[in-house]
Amino acid sequence: MDSITSAASVIAAGLSIGLAAIGPGIGQGNAAGQAVEGIARQPEVENKIRGVLLLSLAFMEALTIYGLVVALALLFANPFA
Amino acid sequence: MYPEIFYSNTFTLLAEAEVGKHFYWNIAGGLVHGQVILVIWFVFTILIVFSLLGTANASRIPHGWQNFMEATVDFVTDIAKNQLGESFYKEWIPFIGTLFLFIFGCNWAGAVIPWKLIELPEGELAAPTNDLNTTVALALLTSLAYFYAGLSKKGIGYFKRYIQPIPLLLPINILEDFTKPLSLSFRLFGNVLADEITVSVLTSLVPLVIPLPIMVLGIFAGSVQALIFSTLAAAYIAEALE
Repeated sequence: MDSITSAASVIAAGLSIGLAAIGPGIGQGNAAGQAVEGIARQPEVENKIRGVLLLSLAFMEALTIYGLVVALALLFANPFA
Repeated sequence: MYPEIFYSNTFTLLAEAEVGKHFYWNIAGGLVHGQVILVIWFVFTILIVFSLLGTANASRIPHGWQNFMEATVDFVTDIAKNQLGESFYKEWIPFIGTLFLFIFGCNWAGAVIPWKLIELPEGELAAPTNDLNTTVALALLTSLAYFYAGLSKKGIGYFKRYIQPIPLLLPINILEDFTKPLSLSFRLFGNVLADEITVSVLTSLVPLVIPLPIMVLGIFAGSVQALIFSTLAAAYIAEALE
């Protein structure tokens, strides 16, 4: 791989995971905050809320993981190398 | 591609990252990733042994293994029931349950068992779900399952949903059939591989204690991902059935 391609790939990999983390970060923060509010209001449904929260957090996490997959493809299976 | 430290000494032996290296088997002219097949058969064996233990000497009042397996079956039944509703869930329990148990077994097999102690000529034994081929196969099975569900219930009328609510949405509805397996497979693959890479990077930096919480997180994430995959599969099937 020539050096320009590898430099661009590494920068792009860093950017792809970094940018992909912004949105889900905000979303997960919102979801967790709302869940805490819900539990504070109705402590008796804590278990139910926790289950839904974990499931939805994992969905949001998947968005970052897509960025990670792109980063991994750039680093380990670069089509332009 | 890796920095030199990755290939280094005994400290990293237990968690050396080898992405894209495979233990190829040549079966009938096709190349097969041998390390994946080996661990998949290991998971199969574990699941079969567990279910045999659970059903041997089944009694009316469950105890021991039977109790455990009944709780497991209840759990996967609940996944199917929550998504598919009372009227359809029964015939889809085997599919949803198998997906859940297989993915769960794969993720935990990768996270719990120290495969690094077994040396392969090339590649390494790890969770089978960290290979894109496995997850794509599971995702395509899910696609086939929901097409089968929709077609068997509504016949050719199933394709009416592509022009609902308005015909303008036809391209998006068709696109959805491709993005569903894509996102299913990438989600599972990315999560499992990300966890293994995180553990190996941390192990190469600090070999002791520090990677432990991440490993525990990996065990947790493995079970959540299995739950998500099966929940989503059930949701897609429910969407085709409604």
